Amino acid sequence: MQVATPIASVLLTMLLGAIIFELIGFDGPHAIYETFITPIVTSYKWQDVLTKAAPLIIIALGLSLGNQAKIWNIGAEGQYIIGALAGAGVAFFLPTAPGFLIIPLMIAAGVLGGMAWAAIPAWLKTRYNVSEVLSSLMLVYVALQVLNYLIGGPWKDPNGHNFPQTPPLTPAESLPNALPGTVIPPGFVVAVVLTLVFWLLTSRSVYGFSVRTVGAAPSAARYGGFDASRTVWSTLLISGGMAGLAGILEAMSQLGQINLGFPSGYGFTAIIVSFLGRLHPVGVFLAGLILAVTYVGGQVAQTVVHVPNATAGIFQATMLFFILASDILVRYRVRIIREAPRPKAATAEASA
Amino acid sequence: MSLAFIIDALVTVVGVTTPILLAATGELVVEKSGVLNLGIEGMMLIGAVTGFAVAFNYGPDLGDWAPWVAVLGAAVAGVVSSMLFAVLALSLGSNQVATGLALTIFGIGLSSLIGAGYVGMTVPSFDSVFPDWLAGDPFWRVLFGYSPLVYFALIMVFAVGWFLNRTRAGLVLRAVGENDNSAHSIGYPVIPIRYAAIAFGGALAGIAGSYFSMVITPMWAEQMTAGRGWIALALVVFSGWRAGRLLAGAYFFGILMTLELYAKASGFSFLPSQFWAAMPYIMAVVVLAVISARGVTGSEAPACLGRPFMPNA
Amino acid sequence: MTLLTRRNFMRTTAAGLALPALGRNAFAAEPLKVGFVYLGAIGDYGWTWSHEQGRKELLKALNGQVAADYVENVKEDASAIPVMKDLAQQGHKLIFTTSYGYMDQTIEAAKQFPDVKWEHCTGYKHADNVGTYNSRFYQGRAVCGTIAGMMTKTNTIGFLGSFKIPEVVMGVNAFTLAAQAVNPKITTKLVMIDTWFDPAKEAAAADTLANLGCDVIAQHVDSPATLQVCEKRKIYGFGYGADMSRFAPHAHLTASLDLWGPYYISRAKAMLDGSWKPDDAWWGMKEGILGMAPYNKVVPENVRAAADKIIAGTKDGSYDVFTGPIKDQSGKGCDSTRCGVSFVGGDLGGRS
Repeated sequence: MQVATPIASVLLTMLLGAIIFELIGFDGPHAIYETFITPIVTSYKWQDVLTKAAPLIIIALGLSLGNQAKIWNIGAEGQYIIGALAGAGVAFFLPTAPGFLIIPLMIAAGVLGGMAWAAIPAWLKTRYNVSEVLSSLMLVYVALQVLNYLIGGPWKDPNGHNFPQTPPLTPAESLPNALPGTVIPPGFVVAVVLTLVFWLLTSRSVYGFSVRTVGAAPSAARYGGFDASRTVWSTLLISGGMAGLAGILEAMSQLGQINLGFPSGYGFTAIIVSFLGRLHPVGVFLAGLILAVTYVGGQVAQTVVHVPNATAGIFQATMLFFILASDILVRYRVRIIREAPRPKAATAEASA
Repeated sequence: MSLAFIIDALVTVVGVTTPILLAATGELVVEKSGVLNLGIEGMMLIGAVTGFAVAFNYGPDLGDWAPWVAVLGAAVAGVVSSMLFAVLALSLGSNQVATGLALTIFGIGLSSLIGAGYVGMTVPSFDSVFPDWLAGDPFWRVLFGYSPLVYFALIMVFAVGWFLNRTRAGLVLRAVGENDNSAHSIGYPVIPIRYAAIAFGGALAGIAGSYFSMVITPMWAEQMTAGRGWIALALVVFSGWRAGRLLAGAYFFGILMTLELYAKASGFSFLPSQFWAAMPYIMAVVVLAVISARGVTGSEAPACLGRPFMPNA
Repeated sequence: MTLLTRRNFMRTTAAGLALPALGRNAFAAEPLKVGFVYLGAIGDYGWTWSHEQGRKELLKALNGQVAADYVENVKEDASAIPVMKDLAQQGHKLIFTTSYGYMDQTIEAAKQFPDVKWEHCTGYKHADNVGTYNSRFYQGRAVCGTIAGMMTKTNTIGFLGSFKIPEVVMGVNAFTLAAQAVNPKITTKLVMIDTWFDPAKEAAAADTLANLGCDVIAQHVDSPATLQVCEKRKIYGFGYGADMSRFAPHAHLTASLDLWGPYYISRAKAMLDGSWKPDDAWWGMKEGILGMAPYNKVVPENVRAAADKIIAGTKDGSYDVFTGPIKDQSGKGCDSTRCGVSFVGGDLGGRS
């Protein structure tokens, strides 16, 4: 059931999508085909899919860890932005540092930036018992304003004709779009590696066990000596760091410049990825690929079938709806009972 | 600073504040019942596009009644979309945070899809129903010059405040939000009450959305609510889940937003505009910390906020 | 089965298009495929709408010789690159990217498709196969400024912009200078709302300008919200990019119209006869890509005459709003309420 429900969700979404589009007046099956199938079968689209999947997977891996502990980091988008800004900031302060030095520094800064932004909700939760859902969410919008301020003010590109954007990163400060000779983006390699790391972490380490226990049975966790506070801190910092990592990788390997269009909503989509992947690293990896397909496919469908590009969002949300609905099938077993047992037994006994 | 200037500024503030007030009032009721619905932005957009579509398609037939019917349509659309959330979160016990987010993403996409054919169109603005000599008067317009939705918002927030604090039904709702298991054992129908609360929240969110597409700028554009749903959420938090503070907080936010524009137009900018734009959210976080730390009763988050109802029986 | 046929069709087409364009002599007989990348929705009655009208004119004028497709709502971030690559993959040989924020993406896509000719609107980066094109929007502002100066009763006119980028600044300055030329007493109140799109905020900002005494408002944002406010407040306004009188029948005095048709037709013709070269085109009223909407009936005869004189002078080159005793401050923004003194030099057209 754990594996069947995500697959079923995707298939149901495709079916429902085809029907809805037909009703609205578009070529339903064609739109679904373009959205879900074309990116998989068209080789020149693979790089786009992998490029899109990388940040989703990286962020969702971090989120899933916290989600297992029932700690909901909704602010990944904000941590993504701050991480990217932190990494870019390092690049701007050290413009002449050589590539092999600056790149690790930028990545480290990105991770630390994301962690720092996630530390705020962590502190608020452990110190003041503030819901991390609300605090991390509010901080997303604060992060957006920080971004707007920096790229429109102190970090504005002097050659950018006053447009709100940072100076472009130099080649020494950037990553290639794909590893030479392949279509694989460096970010995707990171995603693969991290998937393995997280898989080992969650299934084979005491830490992973403690996280799951804190989520599943808080009292048992306390009894076992797993400190809830430390779990809050560690999971939020890890997910924040992952989001920051995704942010700086995006900034370094795509356009090399941060502008108003930088916040792409990956932080929120990663939440969908995390759920669709059932909080399991391998599931998250696959779910990330599927959602990347819908992004890429949605844009292909827009070009070919002329459906509005908002449809990618509809598909993603629908998949999430289905997976959430099916959640109950995973948590409980379905048994058909006509009525409440006791009256039935009483009736049966009475009539026997 | 003449009287006319103050009146003009007030009118602008009211215009800016009303949609946030409407959406936040609805969400207040939802959260008081123990449910966290993050889908406000999506419901607002669905309401906006529905209201506009109804006004556009049936306007000529309905004449003067058109805007009222359209707002009703927006409310219904809000309720229907909230039910999507409600079924998942209440009857199927799904994670409320994820479900609400899914509703927002869905609402943004669906409204864009439905609205695609309406871009570039316009409908008559849903303006004041008071006679022109009152509504247009330079002084009296501060009271009478507004769209009916403004008065509706004010009535609603007072009604909700009265309902929550002075009626038995409101008490029951608050009880459901504070301790659902106890409420259940006393015999109160927890799930139906939460359904009703969510529906109410959906209706108000839909109406709030229609304010954008029918009053402020009578047209449809994708994502035209531009994040106001999240400000409404911040407002509920900032208000400490109390209706009176909600009203004050809403106008406070509205004044902040309007001040920012005046400052820009007059050439002042002693603090970057992004600072003011971030203010509502920063303050919401600060308030959260303060009220959670002090543990002042009546001013905390409802204890069951966000937790699915699992009857012990 | 239909789906199977489509899949094969897609595969073969994709494979075929991926082949290097060898021996494509027969290509000359096929219609030239032209692609358009749009920032907004074609129905927005603003920026994108006007490009779409240009595309339609192109189809009409060169019927049979060109085929033209478009993609709308393309975000100005890295995700625009796959869209551009897709268009190139699908056989489009001339592609127009219609927003400043597509600049780096166009360059990147152009690198990967050297056989395709790219034209970037309002940008400044070039390559062997990348040209730029722009319109002298300020000419329209000069006409509007003239009308505003003559029709204002409070001697306060307003301008609602988004960011302090050169285009917007030029517009404000042209507007103000032209108004001052007919009415030395006017002052311009300026609000930059730091976003391209937020109708509610535009409306509030327009309201604010009206509260501060403006009775004629010009705008450089993406929705007709400003005009709707003008209509409500019974003051005047100007449309931008398209005739927006349907949103404000009484308030809309005129609008500057972006008429991209002639440019697109000329560039397609250049492709067809092989004379295309990367250019840095800055056309205006004279070349026919900028026009004015019909005057509102409330505009009096003398005002119309004055405006018409400006138009005629612009077209024959005898009038330029940026002349006279003004200091040259290229790139400097316009902050205070009196915008008359600073101006952006004519060499801004070269983006230097």
